[in-house]
Amino acid sequence: MDPTDLARIQFATTTIYHFVFVPVTIGLAFLVAILHTQWYRSGDPDHRRLTRFFGTLLLINIAVGVVTGLVQEFQFGMNWSAYSRFVGDVFGAPLAMEGLAAFFLESTFLGLWIFGWNVLPRRVHLATIWLVAIGASLSAAFIMAANSWMQHPVGYTTNAQTGRPELSSIGDLFTNPVFVWGYVHVILASLLTGAVLMLAVSAWQLRRREHGELFHSSVKLAIVVLVPVSILALGVGSHLGVVEAEYQPMKISAAEAQWETCQPCSFSLFQIGGGRNDETPTQLLEVPHLLSLLATGTWNGQVEGLNELQAADVQRYGDGNYVPNVFVQYWSMRVMAYLGSLIALLALWGAWLLYRRKLAVSRVFLFVATWSVLAPVLMNTAGWMLTENGRQPWIVQGLMKTADGVSTSVSTTELAISIGALVVVYVLIGIVYLFLMLRYARRGLELEHADDEPAGDPPTPAITY
Amino acid sequence: MGLPELWFVIIAILWTGFFVLEGFDFGVGMLHRVLGRTDRERRVAINTIGPFWDGNEVWLVVGGAGIFAAFPDWYASWFSASYLAVLLLLVALIIRGVSFEFRGKVDGPGWRRLWSGTLMTGSLVAPLVLGIALGDLVAGLPIDADGEFTGSFWDLFTPFGLWTGVTLVVLCLVNGATFLGIRTTGELRERAHRAARLIGWVGLVVVAAFAVWTLVVADHGWAPILPLVVAPVALLVSIGAVHRERDSSAFLLSATAMACAVAGLFAALYPQVLVSSTDPANSLTVANAASADYALKVMSVVALIFFPLVLLYQAWSYFVFRHRLST
Repeated sequence: MDPTDLARIQFATTTIYHFVFVPVTIGLAFLVAILHTQWYRSGDPDHRRLTRFFGTLLLINIAVGVVTGLVQEFQFGMNWSAYSRFVGDVFGAPLAMEGLAAFFLESTFLGLWIFGWNVLPRRVHLATIWLVAIGASLSAAFIMAANSWMQHPVGYTTNAQTGRPELSSIGDLFTNPVFVWGYVHVILASLLTGAVLMLAVSAWQLRRREHGELFHSSVKLAIVVLVPVSILALGVGSHLGVVEAEYQPMKISAAEAQWETCQPCSFSLFQIGGGRNDETPTQLLEVPHLLSLLATGTWNGQVEGLNELQAADVQRYGDGNYVPNVFVQYWSMRVMAYLGSLIALLALWGAWLLYRRKLAVSRVFLFVATWSVLAPVLMNTAGWMLTENGRQPWIVQGLMKTADGVSTSVSTTELAISIGALVVVYVLIGIVYLFLMLRYARRGLELEHADDEPAGDPPTPAITY
Repeated sequence: MGLPELWFVIIAILWTGFFVLEGFDFGVGMLHRVLGRTDRERRVAINTIGPFWDGNEVWLVVGGAGIFAAFPDWYASWFSASYLAVLLLLVALIIRGVSFEFRGKVDGPGWRRLWSGTLMTGSLVAPLVLGIALGDLVAGLPIDADGEFTGSFWDLFTPFGLWTGVTLVVLCLVNGATFLGIRTTGELRERAHRAARLIGWVGLVVVAAFAVWTLVVADHGWAPILPLVVAPVALLVSIGAVHRERDSSAFLLSATAMACAVAGLFAALYPQVLVSSTDPANSLTVANAASADYALKVMSVVALIFFPLVLLYQAWSYFVFRHRLST
């Protein structure tokens, strides 16, 4: 394998792994903040126990999310030095802003929240968890602005001497339509992920515990959040598809394995074949007009075929293969959309049971809800594969190819060492993470110490770590 | 002073701030198992830095991202040249970062020993590697005309880089001990005092040698002289303060020594940002590695708004958790 492939494998592996924890952090932080607010308002010790129960899961998750995020910060320079030199003027700014405006906020107030029980005034302590949630979702805004610039470069001029893009309007980076819709989509997906986790844990507790009644309020909160969020995520996601189809037509046509231009276009639910060397896939279950609707937002819209797009790109950029991996595009799109639809149905089912007051006795629902915890991980991963694989062969759409962005001074041996080391570390940490998450998700609420007493005078924090 | 110079100063401040703040929590991380005899004492030691370490580490993230944004060529060349070293740094920071949260989650001696071990190892390796990498910037790496590294992994171990790494590790240890002095009570505090004195004397020799070596390597300008003279002096006075059990003064002075050592290194580096040992003409400088003015202007505005805010709320969090933790 050549160094570019290895560098891509490393970046994809570490980023996908990191993004297992990011949406849980963002989503669950908001939900824990809501639980904490409920406790603040009611003063009910049960709400405090719930806040601390889900807070513990949030903290275990953040621990892994933070350290895997460190790798992301340095990896651009390590593995993609040519890329970093080329785009640093534009791409570096949102990254630096992310640290200054979001990471500091998130990490400092997280420390204050963890150690602030019985130390900070109750109102101030409540504010700290909200600031953690805001910090986490702000950091996503900056990194999405940077990523969206790679999908659809805006707000730059090309320096005639160096040939590098230089930032000319920071406002354009944050009004980039790919960013606006992509960011909303990511936040919705994160809330969905957090809500599904809370739903799954609460469902397990309701199913297994004799005294699981306390989890009624968390199951209710999860479903109340999940219903609108899962439906909106589908709608926003499909609009994001229309936006991307305008700037990255290859991405969307590849997601449909649409080799020839069509109008109107039908959407295939399943197909056999259709990869790089198979332009006549066997399509099963077609829905007329649906692809036109998804890709252009109109009933009879025209979707350009990959062959036409390839010919146009060759004319514009010179010889080369500009078609992304069609198999990955086609199936990542479907895994994301199908699971997303199933989660929306699950949410509606739960809402119906809640309305009928039958949720706690519906063994089938509780069983399905417990296992649904796996769906967001697959959906989020598939969504990122769709959007990043669909950008290939470009690292910055139309400006720089991935193969030109890699560090030339990093050898294949060094890459093999780093991939090996990171995979070993990530697997070991993943095992500990799962062990601790399962252990603390299955724990009964009654085991929580009711340390409501002030810890001393002056108030000192409890020994937490 | 132009914008690139301003950003060199900002980056120097970020890295200095990082070593002052994360320095003491690296130190506590290394010392907690030695100074804490019982699990309770070890937990107390870890909890003295519990609310702060994550916020401190962000200084490094912003220091790195700031270099990316303000000096893309510096970022690209430095981190790709130091490839395996940065990998080692990342692994150290990963195993250290998770140990805070993981260690207290299961009550068993083997489990606790495991995560104490990762905390100690990570806290030792991270400042060592960062010190070597910073020292290399001044000592020079084989860099060609395109800014690409042409050497091997072993070329990263420049003698000056190694000494910088040792210096920073020793300073982290001293800062960790003086910090434990202000936040603990009883025997743990006394042991921290002993450690601060013992390591302080070793550190005095190490830092003095580092100061002289830096001035020899960087044979230009007067700027590094002041901080590099202050660093060993502050450390000496800090040891005296430990003797008199003036805990706050001792910590502030040892933190000053750390700040001066790192600031002196950056002052010695200026106006270069990465020296080429192949040919001085290949060296990356503030002038030839910087981003264009518009990007620097935007970031200056953002820094002007957010940096004071960050300082305020971080200072507040130190104020909230100022009391001693009793064992």
